[in-house]
Amino acid sequence: MSLHAQDDPELRRAQAERLAAVWAPPQGLFLRWTDTNNNRVGVWYTLTAFAFMLFAGVLALIMRTQLAVPDNDLVSANSFNQLFTLHGSMMMFLFAVPMFEAVSILILPQLLGARDLPFPRLSAFGYWSFLLGGVFVGGSIFFNEAPDGGWFMYPPLTTRTDLSGLGADIWMLGLSFIEVSSVAAAVELIVGVLKCRPPGMRLNLMPLYAWYILVVAVMILFAFPPLIAGDILFEMERLLNWPFFDSTRGGDPLLWQHLFWIFGHPEVYIIFLPSIALFAMMIPTFARRHLLGYPWIVLAAVGTAFLSFGLWVHHMFTTGLPKISLAFFSAASEAVVIPTGVQIFVFIATLWAGRVTWSTPLLYATGSLAIFVIGGLTGVMVAVAPFDWQAHDTYFVVAHLHYVLIGGTLMPLFAGLYYYWPLITGKKLSDKLGRTAFWMLFLGANLTFFPMHFSGLEGMPRRVFTYPAELGIGGLNLASTLGAYLFAAGVAVICVDLALSPRRPKGIRNPWGAGTLEWLEDPNGDTNWGVRSIPLVSSRYPLWDQKDFVKKVDEGRFFLPDAEEGRRETIITTVLDARPLSVIRLGTPSFKPMMTAAALGGVFILTTFHLYFIALLCAFATLFMVLWWLWTGTAEIPEKECKPIGHGMKLPLYISGAASPGWWAMFITMMADATAFSGLVFGYYFFWTRHADFPPDDLAAAPGVFWPMVALAVALMSWASTVAARQLNAAGAVGAARALLAVGAAFSAYGIYAGLAGPWLSGMAPESHVYPAIVWTLAIWTAAHSGVAGIMQLYTLARSIAGRMTPKYDAEVRNITVYMHFFALTAIVTYATIGLFPEVS
Amino acid sequence: MKRGLPGWAQRLRVTLWTLIIPPATWAAHFLFSYLWAAINCAKVGEFATFPTLFVAGTVVALLVILGSGWIAWVQTRLPGGSAPHEDSTDIDRLRFLAKSTLLLAGLSFFAVIFTALPVVFLGDCR
Repeated sequence: MSLHAQDDPELRRAQAERLAAVWAPPQGLFLRWTDTNNNRVGVWYTLTAFAFMLFAGVLALIMRTQLAVPDNDLVSANSFNQLFTLHGSMMMFLFAVPMFEAVSILILPQLLGARDLPFPRLSAFGYWSFLLGGVFVGGSIFFNEAPDGGWFMYPPLTTRTDLSGLGADIWMLGLSFIEVSSVAAAVELIVGVLKCRPPGMRLNLMPLYAWYILVVAVMILFAFPPLIAGDILFEMERLLNWPFFDSTRGGDPLLWQHLFWIFGHPEVYIIFLPSIALFAMMIPTFARRHLLGYPWIVLAAVGTAFLSFGLWVHHMFTTGLPKISLAFFSAASEAVVIPTGVQIFVFIATLWAGRVTWSTPLLYATGSLAIFVIGGLTGVMVAVAPFDWQAHDTYFVVAHLHYVLIGGTLMPLFAGLYYYWPLITGKKLSDKLGRTAFWMLFLGANLTFFPMHFSGLEGMPRRVFTYPAELGIGGLNLASTLGAYLFAAGVAVICVDLALSPRRPKGIRNPWGAGTLEWLEDPNGDTNWGVRSIPLVSSRYPLWDQKDFVKKVDEGRFFLPDAEEGRRETIITTVLDARPLSVIRLGTPSFKPMMTAAALGGVFILTTFHLYFIALLCAFATLFMVLWWLWTGTAEIPEKECKPIGHGMKLPLYISGAASPGWWAMFITMMADATAFSGLVFGYYFFWTRHADFPPDDLAAAPGVFWPMVALAVALMSWASTVAARQLNAAGAVGAARALLAVGAAFSAYGIYAGLAGPWLSGMAPESHVYPAIVWTLAIWTAAHSGVAGIMQLYTLARSIAGRMTPKYDAEVRNITVYMHFFALTAIVTYATIGLFPEVS
Repeated sequence: MKRGLPGWAQRLRVTLWTLIIPPATWAAHFLFSYLWAAINCAKVGEFATFPTLFVAGTVVALLVILGSGWIAWVQTRLPGGSAPHEDSTDIDRLRFLAKSTLLLAGLSFFAVIFTALPVVFLGDCR
């Protein structure tokens, strides 16, 4: 299609109609919920996370009311425990993290000029998992069964079933389920940023929001899996009595603290960076100039991401670790200030150098930076170990963390709400209500949390449901409570503003006069397709810098302006330079993601209530749904090899291997899997460093060397068969490739037996001591991966036999080879650890 | 560009992986420090003698960071294009990645020194 052809308005109208038809949302009472388009799923996601925030906020208000005066008896100690645990857990797991995922799913494709993210059905699956898990965890408080061990759930309080009830299981299993959706979102966002950018948008032109999202999504891959590993050990202890955290049987409660905070500290930055990313979009708009110091922001984001993994022990300064270890973490905690400060200075410099428009979003942005800096400064204080010994577990820490989270996450999100509301709805929010709410929030937050510094230093511990009048902190607490009500009233004003929005008329396109691609969205058109044509980008702010840019996009003068074959499509480009590689067909509305989430939810929720048999049925249902979803929806062989995308360019409709989104998704998922596994391996060696008798003398001969080595050989044979099958298939030897896949599957099946035979035949009893328990855990993990390998090999074999995989169209075998590489690595580490390490230790 | 800078440093292929070499080196050094202290304190009980292994590890980490920073610096000084270097060209993309790597090398260098300082000031495992 030449430029000339687009001059014909009739052609343009026909193209737009075809696009609109292809991207039309499903209608009907049930079917509308099967939508997978990012603009619909993103809105559901955002609203759900917002609702959970309001719910958790009400819990906080009840707590503040209880603490308003000394010796109050509004709620019991038990209810209070549930309130603070659920408040913290919901704000973290059901609001802050999901909100970042939701906002990203909503605006990232627009920012990148893509029609959608590469795996829309995965986004939908993530949303339904989140909704189900969130309602399950949040709803528990209505049954007086909410978790009550504090949001970090320290054992042994929470692992001993005589000290804690169902709530601990609800926390552990419900939130594990939500972690699945976070990892799913991370996969989606990383592949989206790396592979779905518009042609010309090289790494140095990427909107900074995309940089931050890339960094944060990678952080999720390394932060969440250790918690998943911790959850596994935790539930093994609660449900099966395996003594990982029980010191009387060789376990150690500190292991949980390590695994939790390896997650927990990066988590703080996982929720902080995306909010700061919103500033990076807003500040250039309102300063009317390019952001200064683009590489400095990348330094800040990447530097913070790395350093944040060296901070976790600063939550454990009082646990009696060697001082030298504490000092390492104290040093890293101080170092992270550098990149954090850099980005704040970049924003200030940009505003200083620009012509500032004092809009409502900018008011929120600057106000929240002020609050955040106060929290940052107390952070520098508590990062010094001797100060922390005094302030640990007091209200000083409560004040610190709320300053950081309100200034670094909540208020920036409100800034983003006021900034992006016109993008999503086409209508501006009220400046008057917005500014009123801002001052209520700003004053309310300071009035609530500033006095807590003093009540903490006066000796008020965290998590007490009341305090005696003699402590002399009644006035400070009353001030905090009044502040909390003022803050809540501010949130209520925002809710009123949102509720009035449907009555207001639609506004103009790009009302803030921004320069980035998301503002191509036209509120007055039917734009479910995302972008009329995928632009060629040559600037960081194309709407400002590129001549007639919006007109050219709207008239379909860029790429892929049509949907001739009636398919949802977007362009895949290279990682560094965004050179077009291929057109991919995107997933269409389907009930499969929702059903898969429901089946998986069944596994977690039913296990909580010890209904193991039905949970097992749900696990099989999940497996069936996943296979059905993959079989019918992925790696489809296209009806033709290439299609024209305009400007004389033709792109293939199928790619496999390292250039394809599917390969990247597998690679990223396996990175997360490998991180979870290293959490378990860390457990093994942690016990070894903590205890002189690990492994204990009477068990040192188990599981022996023989069976682990057999299992290792079998796993490597399975790996080699798959690699050879990939090569032979590519060379055209389809029959031999199929035979090797079958052989590989046989090895994988035997690998399950061989892997478990070591601990089984040597009679290791996992309830007796932590050594057999951790050996069993590693063996089960690896054996389960062997089973999954077998399923993948059989699936690929079936695809080949069904003619859905050929030497030319070979995505399946290439993708499972990535899995097999990681599986081989897992097997080597596991069997060397359990088989050989006892020999040398 | 100065004369005499080696050509291989300019031609080195720059990717997202090379961008993270300096902070990854910090991470490796940090993990090394943590394990070194944990194992020494748990299994040996002290490290009062001169910590040769730790010093060697720190020097290696600093050298790797300096090396990658130096290569990045060479690459930021490649000729071509005009300021402010924000175009969709090969040279501007390279310059951007090189500059970001250089900045990260600076941060990582100081972060490694931060991590090493406790060993200078604390002589035992209390």
